[in-house]
Amino acid sequence: MRRRDLAAATLVLILLWQLASWLVRSEVLPGPWAVGQALVAALPRGLARHFVVSLWRVVAGILISMLLATPAGLVLGQSRALDRIFAPMVYIVYPIPKIVFLPVILLLLGIGDTSKIFIIFLILFFQILVVVRDQASALRPELLYSVRSLGAGRRGLFRFVYLPATVPAALTALRVSIGTAIAVLFFTETFATTSGLGYYIIVDSWGRLAYADMYAGVVAMSLLGLLLYFVVDRLERRLAPWMFVRE
Amino acid sequence: MSSAAWGTAARPQPGGPVVEARALTFAYGEQPPVFDGFSWAVHAGESWCVIGPSGCGKSTLLYLVAGLRQPRAGAILVDGQPVPRPRATTGLVLQDYGLLPWSTVWENVALVMRMGRFYRNKRERGAGPRPYPRPDIAAEQVDRWLARLGIAEVRDKYPAQISGGQRQRTAIARSLLQQPDLLLMDEPFSSLDALTREDLQRLTVELRQETGVTTIVVTHIIEEAAYLGQRILVLGRPPNTHARIVENPGAGDVAYRGQPAFWQKCAELRELLAGL
Repeated sequence: MRRRDLAAATLVLILLWQLASWLVRSEVLPGPWAVGQALVAALPRGLARHFVVSLWRVVAGILISMLLATPAGLVLGQSRALDRIFAPMVYIVYPIPKIVFLPVILLLLGIGDTSKIFIIFLILFFQILVVVRDQASALRPELLYSVRSLGAGRRGLFRFVYLPATVPAALTALRVSIGTAIAVLFFTETFATTSGLGYYIIVDSWGRLAYADMYAGVVAMSLLGLLLYFVVDRLERRLAPWMFVRE
Repeated sequence: MSSAAWGTAARPQPGGPVVEARALTFAYGEQPPVFDGFSWAVHAGESWCVIGPSGCGKSTLLYLVAGLRQPRAGAILVDGQPVPRPRATTGLVLQDYGLLPWSTVWENVALVMRMGRFYRNKRERGAGPRPYPRPDIAAEQVDRWLARLGIAEVRDKYPAQISGGQRQRTAIARSLLQQPDLLLMDEPFSSLDALTREDLQRLTVELRQETGVTTIVVTHIIEEAAYLGQRILVLGRPPNTHARIVENPGAGDVAYRGQPAFWQKCAELRELLAGL
């Protein structure tokens, strides 16, 4: 996507926001200008810190899930025997909304960063696991035969076929599930904590009816999502340029 | 590292067959055997084609030689030794090319070089040839094979961006970079259009003259078998119990296709196949 198109889209969204704000004519929906001012003012007064805390939690969750789910998916995708054992388990657990385990996780892991990172991990882990496994098991046998006949053993196949075939898939899964991860993060930050954007939006701003500040938090959270989305998108293009070429 | 260090441990006596099937028996699962007590020998420098109707087991035979399938009984010996896994000096070219879609033409060919370096420190276990590619292949050799196969100008393209003929040239370049002593091709040109196919058949004959590599080409196309195979193994409906061989000494000359002997051989093969 071109930079100019993105800028135009941003402009249109801001204009729509301004229009809505004029139509509603309530302090519950301040215009983009007021929110922009609030955002600039709030950044040094704690919003920046909350942003960094949220960013850390979600990035930690992403990294741990990538590091564990990619190899696990690769193993399941390569080994029919293991997949036969684990597939039913994954099949049952995958569609369960992991957020329902939050009370248990809070009891077990406490109210600190660990429980928040863990719940993000739990959500992303299954998304990435399933995609990587499917990708690994869908590799054409002819491709594997060819590379094996070049002298590749198990390690060589892993390094030259399975890894490059599945990392882009893991990134795609990640890009798609970043929205969910941040939504869950927001939810976990709205209670039993004193830091993070969720806390800032709900407890700090909404609680004291500071609407402009609240929207500043919403904008910050949106920026967090956009930032991660763009980073993953860039990584995908960098690591899998072949997926973006035209014939 | 001297090249001798990567040589074979126990070379069979010179003149022995490069490929030998000894009372080979093979079946898929519970199905009736494809080969039953089948014996066949290929000698160094020979140019073979294997032809037969669909389901006759010609690809299976190639996979057995490649070490991708294992015999039920009897033995497949390559260079005098069984092949429990593919060996790095057997080149394999498949109908659907087997290229890495995420790698460019250059990277696909250079895979052999990278693989050799990847396994550089791996010691061979037990007797038998080192199963890994040579670690001393240089990038210039990759460039040289790309140039020889006429695909230097598409070196930075991905397989999806080039023609079928160019893909197969890439796969052949990759196999030849392995410096194979045995080149196996499974229906290599079957999905190409007629002109590209003839072009690549001629190239195969030229490359054979240049490298002297022992070749086995599996095909269902009579003209291809007659053009490429100096010796032609004709397989019939399974189980195959003995090797039916058609001698075709005229093959191996790029101009053979225009000669009456070529057409006579095609007619002979057609008659033989029809009678199976």
